[in-house]
This record gives sequence, C-alpha cells and structure tokens, in this order.
Amino acid sequence: MREQLEGSQAIARTVARCRPEVVPAYPITPQTHIVEALGKMAKAGELGRCQFVTVESEFAAMSAAIGASAAGARSYTATASQGLLYMAEALFNAAGLGLPVVMTVANRAIGAPINIWNDHSDAMSQRDCGWVQLYAADNQDAVDLHPLAFALAERISVPVMVCVDGFVLTHAFEPLELPSAADIEAVLPGYEPRQVLDPDEPVTIGAMVGPEAFTEVRFLADRQLRGADPAFAELARGYGERTGRLLAAVRPPVPAAHTVVVALGSVLGTLEEVASATDGAVGVLGLVMYRPFPADAVRAALRDADHVIVLERAFSPGASAPVTADVRAALAGTQARISTVVCGLGGRPVTRAALHDLLATADRGELGEVTFLDLNDDVVGRELYRQQQAPRTGPTAANLLRDVVPAGRGSVR
Amino acid sequence: MSDHEQRNVPGLPCDPFHVRIHGRGGQGVVTAAELLGLAAFFDGFEVQAFPSFGSERMGAPVVAFCRIASEPIRVREPVTHPDAIVILDATLLHHVDVFGGLADDGFVLVNSLHSAADLGIDTVTDRVGRDHVAIVPAGELARARTGSPRPNVVALGAFGALTGTVSLDALERAVLGRFGPDRQDNLLLVRAGFDAVAAVGSA
Repeated sequence: MREQLEGSQAIARTVARCRPEVVPAYPITPQTHIVEALGKMAKAGELGRCQFVTVESEFAAMSAAIGASAAGARSYTATASQGLLYMAEALFNAAGLGLPVVMTVANRAIGAPINIWNDHSDAMSQRDCGWVQLYAADNQDAVDLHPLAFALAERISVPVMVCVDGFVLTHAFEPLELPSAADIEAVLPGYEPRQVLDPDEPVTIGAMVGPEAFTEVRFLADRQLRGADPAFAELARGYGERTGRLLAAVRPPVPAAHTVVVALGSVLGTLEEVASATDGAVGVLGLVMYRPFPADAVRAALRDADHVIVLERAFSPGASAPVTADVRAALAGTQARISTVVCGLGGRPVTRAALHDLLATADRGELGEVTFLDLNDDVVGRELYRQQQAPRTGPTAANLLRDVVPAGRGSVR
Repeated sequence: MSDHEQRNVPGLPCDPFHVRIHGRGGQGVVTAAELLGLAAFFDGFEVQAFPSFGSERMGAPVVAFCRIASEPIRVREPVTHPDAIVILDATLLHHVDVFGGLADDGFVLVNSLHSAADLGIDTVTDRVGRDHVAIVPAGELARARTGSPRPNVVALGAFGALTGTVSLDALERAVLGRFGPDRQDNLLLVRAGFDAVAAVGSA
C-alpha cells in the first residue's frame, strides 16, 4: 500500500521495522526528523526492547553505537554534515573493528562558510573510513536501502552508511511503499554477531596491533569490505523478488550511448528526465554503491562510451573530484574522455535547464575537463578584482553575499 | 492508484501541475504544501511536496512547492514556472518576486481583505484572467472560527475551489489525516475557504 510520507518519516518507520536494539541519537539538521520520529516510537513502546539513548554529541552517538554493537545489539544512528565529521574518529573505529552499525547520513554541505543545505561533501570526506556507502536516488530507494543496509552490514560484519540527500529527499513528501515487517524479516533475520563481548567467553575487541600485523589486518578489512558488492547483489535480489523493487550497485543503464553521465543521489531523477529527451544520445549511469566502488560494473556499463561526464556533488580542492577519480581508475586503458562537472554545492538546485545546457555544450565538443555548473562568473570576477586592488579585502564569504544580495533586499528563496 | 478510477477525480488544468506557496514563517506554508500533496494523493495523483528550506524563523519569507501529476515525478528542482501561486501573506507582494515565472493561464490565490486594485496586482489579474484569481480573507476566516489567524488550511479550501485540482473531500481527509480526528475544527476551515470562493466566485 502506498502512503504519502515525508522521506524522514518513511526512513524512521522502515528502520523501526528493521528491529534495532540500540539507537543513540543526537540531532542535526537535516537529519533530525529521523531520530525524532524514532524517539517518539521508542517512547510509545513501538520499538520493543530497543534502547533510545539521547547522547551529548555525535562522537558519543557513534561511540555508543560501537559499544552496543560489540555487545551484540543491532545498532543504528543518523547524522549529517559537521556531525559526521565530529564522528570521524569513531567511524574508523567502527569499520576497523568490523562492527555492523548502520547509519543514515542526510547529506549536507560542510562549513565554513556555514551552510545547512544539501551536497555530498560530508559523506565523500569519509569515503576512506572503511564503511560501505550506499546513495539513494529517491525516497523509495532511501526506504528500501535500509533493510538491505542492515542485512549487508551483518552479513559481512562491516558498518554501512545510507546516504540520503538532505532536504531534497529527507523533507520531501511523496507516495512511498514501505516494506512490510515480513518483507524485512525475510532479508534480515535476527542479528548473529561475528564477534561479541560476552563475560562467559571473553574476547578482546580493539586489540592494539603493531607493525607486525597492522598491514595484514588492513588487507583483510579491505577484502571484507569488497565482499559488499556480491553480498549486496544477492540480498537485493532476494528483497526485490518479494517487494518487486530491485536495487543493484549501479542502476540499470540505458542502452549503450556515446555520452554517458555518471551521478549518484537525488540528482539522478532530474538527470534521467533530461537525458531521456535526447533520444538515446545520452545515457545515465547511476551509482547506488560508492564504497566499495563497483569498478567492474562501471567499466562494463561504460564500455561503449566515448565521453563520460561525472556529476559531482562534492570536490577535492586542489585536485579533482572523488567520483571522477574512481571512474577514471575503473576506465584505465580505455579511450573514453572524462569530464568532471561539479554541481549542486551547498543546496544550489541542479535544474533541468542547467543540465540541458551542459549536454548541449558537451554535444558541441566544448565541455572542458572540469566545469562548475551554473558558476556566477560575475561574482567571482568582482572578488578577484577586489583582491587585486587592496591587500585587506576582508572575508570572501561576506563580500560575495553583499554582491549577490544587495542591501535591503531579502533572498527570493 | 486504484483510487484514481473510483473517485470523482478533479482534473489537472495541465499535467504536471506546479504550485508555489509563499508566506512567512509561522503561517503554515510548509504544512500547506504537505496537505495539498496529501489531498492530491488521496485524489489519485502522483505528488511531490517540498519546502525551500530558507531561514527557519517566525516572520521570515518562506516558500514551499507541490507538483501534482498523473505520472511518477522524477524531477527534483524548485518550481520556477508555477501554474498556481498561493500567497499567504500579502505584505510579501512587493518584497518578493512572488509572481516570478507564473504561467499566463496560471492561478493566483491571495490571503487578504483587500481588492486586487488595492493590492496593486491588477496587471497580474488582467494577465491570467479574473476567474483565475481569488482573494480570500483566509486569516480572518480562520481567526473567526478557531481564534488563530493561521491562514493555511482556509487557503487550501479556497485553492481547491479556485483550481479544481483537489477535491473538497480529499482536502478534508488530508487535514484529518495530518492533524487527527480530534481537530474537527480544521474541517470548518477547509469548508470556509472552499465556500468563500465557490459562493462569491473569483476576484
């Protein structure tokens, strides 16, 4: 039965059906609605014996999730942006210890300048922490990825992050189909920990490891993480057979095209709409799994592409952008030209008009190696000019705001 | 949805139909988009309702959007070319570009006690046609019934009557679904808005 739901509420209700046993929570926009809803359900006694723990920070939230997971409890939390960064040390610990924590990241930009809106800077900054990263293209994906995330995490004993575009998805109301408790139970039986703190059978989780074995521990962790690709495929097949909604590490590509745009997250809907109007000239490759990077599937999907355009919702200052680097590595030895398009930073909408122009530019052979979509050259030029004129030009962010929003005028949005 | 065939379904003037709602923090702008989406869903349509996430404070200009369509909606961008505009606070008329991108045959609903001429929106009225404009004292109608001047629910009733895109029945289901059966006063508000347009006609 489809229901008209806010993305966050739909995620919270699905997580509840995944039967978490410990939910340490700390609020941060735009994730807050998710843990708020879970808190209400816990208070109403709808989460069984689940412990909803209000903690003092994101660092504490992840630390509590690690402790609970090590004690054999199915553990879940959610965060975004600066909150994810504040967890960074604990993220590496959860992965390094091989604890199957599941976390929703409501993707949001990172300051400074402070910005509460959506991009992928937060999750991309943590791509090397050893977690599986899954990205939802829409809210139905966001719902369906959570049971699969728990099942995957527990199957391979690795933590999983479900990345959901903040506001664009978390705060959007749409018709959604929630998986039933039975659908979830079929893919996600009770948690059987690979390792557990048990006074009757004492073990050390978190032993210090020196140069004699650290490399080998890391080698095995990488191998374990790479197992997420086949495990996800198998779990998603089983889930898809029950629900009729089949997910895969990469979304089914459109028939081979000379130009293919690679993207992840909520921009895919708009992109697919624009690409579908090109009569097959432009294809779209949507990544659902980003870590481990499904290099084989990407290479196979792009084998006929002459020009690959990677839409990036984050970038690597001073270098390129994260997804491009991975796509380039996957395509090593092929002739495909690769262009990076950085777009939608800090909540700037990625519009059909902008994507249409982008594809037209690419079609004329005029798309460069790196492009910032919709960049306001005038504002950039004015600040560069100021910086040439005087040494003390003041803070760039405030200067640009004065240029963009003249005094006395509020923003239209 | 099977609802689509069973119901006395309102028609969409165009498909997809894009709505932009302007107001100020505290007036229920985001809730209005959510309720409109819920009502359209009950009427059997595909829907996407979302806020623009600006400054979340009382009194600040707020915008929310709703797309209504017969086919699933894939696009994720703000509504820049609306087919209907709802303005919950008339003081925004000359501060924010509320009519930006409005279709030539679009609809305009304004919460105000004043006339189009007094509000200075005659040019817009002339462009879209008088039967596509309604000026309803939604805040006053709400205050008279509940003591609260929050105009959103009354405005939605008026919107249903003005545009014919959502049924009164679906709007009533939506407010009861959103606020609970204890809040029957919301039914009065929806009907007050609907009747204000249905009885008097448009501006």
